[in-house]
Amino acid sequence: MFGKLSLSVIPFHDPIVMGAVGGATLAAVVILALITRYRKWTYLWREWVTSLDHKRIGVMYVILALVMLLRGLSDSILMRSQQAFAAGGSMGYLGPDHFNQIFSAHGSIMIVFMAMPFLVGLMNIVVPPQIGARDVAFPFMNSVSLWLTVAGALLVMVSLGLGEFSKAGWSGYTSLTGKQFSPDVGVDYWIWAFQIAGAGSILTSINFLVTIIRMRAPGMRLMQMPMFTWTTLFTSILMVFAFPVLTAALFLLTLDRLLGMHFFTNELGGNMMMYVNLFWTWGHPEVYIVVLPAFGVFSEVVSTFSGKRLFGYTSMVYATAGITILSFTVWVHHFFTMGAGPAVNIFFGIATMLIAIPTGVKIYNWLFTMYRGRIRFATPMYWTLGFLMTFTIGGMAGVLLASPPADYVVHNSLFVIAHFHNVLIAGTLFGFFAGYSYWFPKATGFRLDEKWGKRAFWCWLTGFYLAFMPLYLLGFMGMPRRMHHYVNPAWHPWLIVAAGGTAMILMGVLFQAIQLAVSIKHRHSSRDLTGDPWNGRTLEWATSSPPPPYNFAKIPDVNGIDAFMDMKEKGTAYREPDRYDDISMPENTACGLIIGIAAFVLGFGMVWHIWWLAILGTLVIVFTVIVRSWNDDTGYTMPAAEVEGIESRRRELLASAFAHAEPKEGYEQ
Amino acid sequence: MRNPAAAIQTGEHSGHETASNQAFGFWIYIMSDLVLFSVLFATFAVVGGNYAGGPRGKDIFDLPYLFGETMLLLMSSTVFGLATLAAQAGRRRAVLWRLAIIFLLGLGFIAMEIGEFRGMILAGNRPERSAFLSAFFTLVGTHGVHVLLGLVWMAAMMCQISVRGLTVPVRSRLARLGMFWHFLDILWIGIFSIVYLMGVA
Repeated sequence: MFGKLSLSVIPFHDPIVMGAVGGATLAAVVILALITRYRKWTYLWREWVTSLDHKRIGVMYVILALVMLLRGLSDSILMRSQQAFAAGGSMGYLGPDHFNQIFSAHGSIMIVFMAMPFLVGLMNIVVPPQIGARDVAFPFMNSVSLWLTVAGALLVMVSLGLGEFSKAGWSGYTSLTGKQFSPDVGVDYWIWAFQIAGAGSILTSINFLVTIIRMRAPGMRLMQMPMFTWTTLFTSILMVFAFPVLTAALFLLTLDRLLGMHFFTNELGGNMMMYVNLFWTWGHPEVYIVVLPAFGVFSEVVSTFSGKRLFGYTSMVYATAGITILSFTVWVHHFFTMGAGPAVNIFFGIATMLIAIPTGVKIYNWLFTMYRGRIRFATPMYWTLGFLMTFTIGGMAGVLLASPPADYVVHNSLFVIAHFHNVLIAGTLFGFFAGYSYWFPKATGFRLDEKWGKRAFWCWLTGFYLAFMPLYLLGFMGMPRRMHHYVNPAWHPWLIVAAGGTAMILMGVLFQAIQLAVSIKHRHSSRDLTGDPWNGRTLEWATSSPPPPYNFAKIPDVNGIDAFMDMKEKGTAYREPDRYDDISMPENTACGLIIGIAAFVLGFGMVWHIWWLAILGTLVIVFTVIVRSWNDDTGYTMPAAEVEGIESRRRELLASAFAHAEPKEGYEQ
Repeated sequence: MRNPAAAIQTGEHSGHETASNQAFGFWIYIMSDLVLFSVLFATFAVVGGNYAGGPRGKDIFDLPYLFGETMLLLMSSTVFGLATLAAQAGRRRAVLWRLAIIFLLGLGFIAMEIGEFRGMILAGNRPERSAFLSAFFTLVGTHGVHVLLGLVWMAAMMCQISVRGLTVPVRSRLARLGMFWHFLDILWIGIFSIVYLMGVA
């Protein structure tokens, strides 16, 4: 009836795990109680959970990412403190099995449930208004993607209290993840969490490809699209090609584990390295999937806060295209030590080094954009400058690792950890934080507090250097990654420094939480009345903050890069249209949520071998899709009068804002 | 996947615009599914020669039987072309009985595939016997599951056509089902050539 599930799978014996379970459960209960106390259930249901509005969906993605960031961060605090203690004869305070689960969960969460939702959230909030569209191409599919991602994240969280998570690292190499060496449910949790969230990502990429290619405002040619839209386009291309490879690899691994097949086993003809190749065929493009949108954010931020058009726009587009193509030609550099031979290794080594060229083009473009600009040092710009310095160091380390002989020396050591955190934190995460503070007023209607934002930035930056520079040294000193305890006393001082760095990063996150609280408290005084708080250049700033459901009452005409700046310079930015039209909007639906819940049920059933539950989940998904397909009329019409009402209130706000504000530079009001 | 934003853009964007966005989105989906199959093909290419002392392709493949199976699927694709023509001409009854023929042909294909698998498993050539058999069953079986899903979709489609008639959204869905069905046909040609024909060579 309940497969492998019983009460004994709850880890009562482990106080640390039970503490985490208790904490997470308590937080959930408090949130649910608060929602009930303030009678917000109907509001949440109508305005958020069932909403097909891309802006709402984007905000929910970002919230998911921030929650999972906290989870991933607590994992890293546990790891760093364990290694700060477990020197010499000490075993530290974490059991080896628990430690293995923690580093596996940390990597899985940070990539698939923090970075991915964060970037998809930003894409959702920004891309449609940036191209002058009213929504994405498929709003219902967008909601399905969101709830599939949430379902995957929920599976990871449930593994905390029911059973265990994978102990085989986020990359899950076979044959360690095979049935023979991992008979427990941990690997299954990892597989199904990735599988379900991955399906959501494929749907997202289809959605954004169609949106960007088919739904741009009239006049906006491809080479006039804002850079963030460009990077979203390339990231979507990468996702649509790369994610099915992950789906297939995990599917084959599932067949190995469930039906005893021999794809990746070490017997009857299986080939373990086949898995490793497949995993990195997805895994390497995946790092570009998460970093390209961050590059897009930096491009927008640098150009806005330097008050200049982006330097080398065309070269930036081609550099991004180059990175997109090259990213599929380098996967073997993750396992040069496989022993494919010098010819193969040198091919992949050179391909890897080549990626430094388009990336270098980008770095210089950002620098030249700032050159002779009038730079305003707002929080998004801080993150960008921190990125430029730090990412370049990480990139250099990458070029070093691209050389197979050098890679052999530091393979699987902390040097590799230092390198990829150096590019992922400084590139991806700083980029998302820059985007978070840059577009926060657009999504919510008020600004984030600058003072706490800058404090958080300094903590993150110094914390990063303290936590990861020692790891480069430790790599050279021969310390392997993923060590539960060690005997070499020379490593110990550096690991204490690294733990201190993690504490510093924790401070940064704390300051970000304070920043959010302070900003919400002062939201009335920091309200963004114009919809254009930064003197922006692209179309998302042309509409109010937060934008009305339809984004634009009249779809703007575009004839150039930086369309909104162009309008402001010509004095046409806030021109009232001659008349307003009825606008069709998608109607709310719970189908996306139902599919998400059913996917969670399906995954849970597959993890615990509760077959009827898995079949039930599958049937609910198929049934919901069919029922939904019977509904031809899924929109409602917002009458022109209502649109006019919203727009006239917006004009009053604009007028009062301009009456009080000093004239902005660069354009007349 | 099916309902996208009915006419979210007003005025200048019509239902046909939505349908063409849906068709474009579905092409991209097919591309991503093709990537999934190419992984299965690649896996078959890598481990398909690892018989581990078990049977080889020529020991277990029955080409005349497979020729029949292939003909069923190819015929169904041809009939789908006729169904599409009928849909464009707005002939609902013709569309319906042509879909019924396609459904039966597809069902026959699935039945023959199950028969083939059953025979192999009864003879002791189970997927866990060798990497070759694992890759074979997975590649061919995944295609089979796709055909099965196509049949479910087709059944839903026939209900919709008989209740709703050939409205713009229904025709858009039918067009995408057609793309899906032809895609499965092309995949099968790949499977037939690479797995079966090269397997007995």
